[in-house]
Amino acid sequence: MSTVLSKKNVPDLSIEIGPIHLKNPVLAASGTFGYGQEFEAVMDLSRLGGIVTKAITLEPRLGNPPPRIVETASGMLNSIGLANVGVAAFVRDKMPFLRSCGTAVIVNVAGRSMEEYVEVARRLSDCPGIHALEINISCPNVQEGGLAFGADPKVAAAVIGAVRDVTQLPLIAKLTPNVTDIAGIAAAVQEAGADAVSLINTLVGMAIDATRGRPELGGVTGGLSGPAIKPVALAMVWKVAQAVRIPVIGMGGIMNAGDALEFMLAGAVAVQVGTANFVDPTSTIRIVEGLEDTLRERGMGSVKEIIGALEV
Amino acid sequence: MTDTKTTILHQERIVPQIFRLCLSSPGIAQEARPGQFVHLRIREGTDPLLRRPFSIHRVDRERGEVQVLYQVVGQGTRLLSRKPVGERLDALGPLGHGFEVSEEGGGVLLVAGGIGIAPRFFLCEDWLRGRAGTALIGARTRDGILCHDLLRSGGVTVHIATDDGSFGDRGVVTDLLNAQLEAGREASASPIVYACGPVAMLASVAALCRAYEVPCQVSLESRMACGLGACLGCAVKVRSSVPPGYEYQRVCTEGPVFEAEEVIW
Repeated sequence: MSTVLSKKNVPDLSIEIGPIHLKNPVLAASGTFGYGQEFEAVMDLSRLGGIVTKAITLEPRLGNPPPRIVETASGMLNSIGLANVGVAAFVRDKMPFLRSCGTAVIVNVAGRSMEEYVEVARRLSDCPGIHALEINISCPNVQEGGLAFGADPKVAAAVIGAVRDVTQLPLIAKLTPNVTDIAGIAAAVQEAGADAVSLINTLVGMAIDATRGRPELGGVTGGLSGPAIKPVALAMVWKVAQAVRIPVIGMGGIMNAGDALEFMLAGAVAVQVGTANFVDPTSTIRIVEGLEDTLRERGMGSVKEIIGALEV
Repeated sequence: MTDTKTTILHQERIVPQIFRLCLSSPGIAQEARPGQFVHLRIREGTDPLLRRPFSIHRVDRERGEVQVLYQVVGQGTRLLSRKPVGERLDALGPLGHGFEVSEEGGGVLLVAGGIGIAPRFFLCEDWLRGRAGTALIGARTRDGILCHDLLRSGGVTVHIATDDGSFGDRGVVTDLLNAQLEAGREASASPIVYACGPVAMLASVAALCRAYEVPCQVSLESRMACGLGACLGCAVKVRSSVPPGYEYQRVCTEGPVFEAEEVIW
């Protein structure tokens, strides 16, 4: 069709995250895109670079008591608590659809214990149609696991190393910003065998209803996301991109193609779009189109020309 | 369900803090069923960031119009109330699972607290035309009693209660419901109850309906992010047959209308 005729003018948006080839660098972030099917009615999922699923645990999880979300200045707090269907139901009920979407499927893996991460990863390894695992060592909303694994470089490396031993799938370690030295954690998971890192997960935050004298969230504290955290995310992506050899996937408050470009300039090879999906469910596609327009305007042949091109 | 740009056709303040907004959206008007909602983006900027969900109050399918009745409760609704005619608004909708209307049973009892009348009105207009219907409306004061004239002119029997007695009976809407259910029991007529309002009121309505063994559907509200079932932010606790005896369902997808029996209040 027209894409074939005008191929010369179409900039190449494809990128590689280690061994994973993506048609474009825009991924839907975990926890904001369900299992993909929720967005089928409003968009063509095959135009995405990829979908990162809701975090999957060994057993189904009900999640935290409501209220689970609250809006804050240019952002939101969530305390969902890793509610998910569990790995068996995910493979049986959710993967058939995801496999048919025509885009890369990255499964986010969470656990309460090292053994749980390993077991979930092992079971997913046998499931066709998964392009990579994103190991969630950074969820702030569960009492055990999550953040506890991602805040210490030795523990983070141990989780990634243990998962590395049981799967051939590419591994992306999803990092928390709730640490003093995120570059140190990134270096540790790189040594443990991670193929890429993704950052940042949400920042721990809190909102209080002063009239009632109560926290706004059932989980008391939650994870802050949205445009409010973008400057923090950019600084961390930039820092980590200089500290590791493996690819960096950037996220945190990306609302439009301009935001995505900033992350790529800072060194991200790809981006994840999260909270923006709640505001405009077609955000991801708008960003893909916006990146293409920008490259065309600047006469660039490939999006790779932008990655890490920041002049400091 | 569509993701669409709508235009504000008119907007009026009915009483202090309560507004009626009319949007042009043929797609939503055509598809909408009573109890469903629209998810509106109030501003292009980042504050407020999230959309706001509103029950569909009324639709005109021929003219392609959708009405929303809302109360100003915070920053989002305040901004919405200042929107001029002609402005464009992003709307997702219709969303959610609406009322289930059965043709059987002994009449329909609508129970509404305050702004909870909004989705009830659509139900009356759309599905109950010509059927025996009774609406019980409660609010704190006279100003909170909405739509009673329109309901009456549509043939619905209306009973009103206000906390301060400034309109109708002095008391709460559950007093009215109690009287209706008692009368229904004597007449061996079992109605179906559709309720919407504050959570405390809905819990009382559910308890009454259980006591009288009357089916009841409630329309719930929740803070909401995506509206599409992805974020799991609008969870409500419902009974489950498997341990631990409860689960969470999504107000945006399994709801906003639930069987009152299912909800754990």
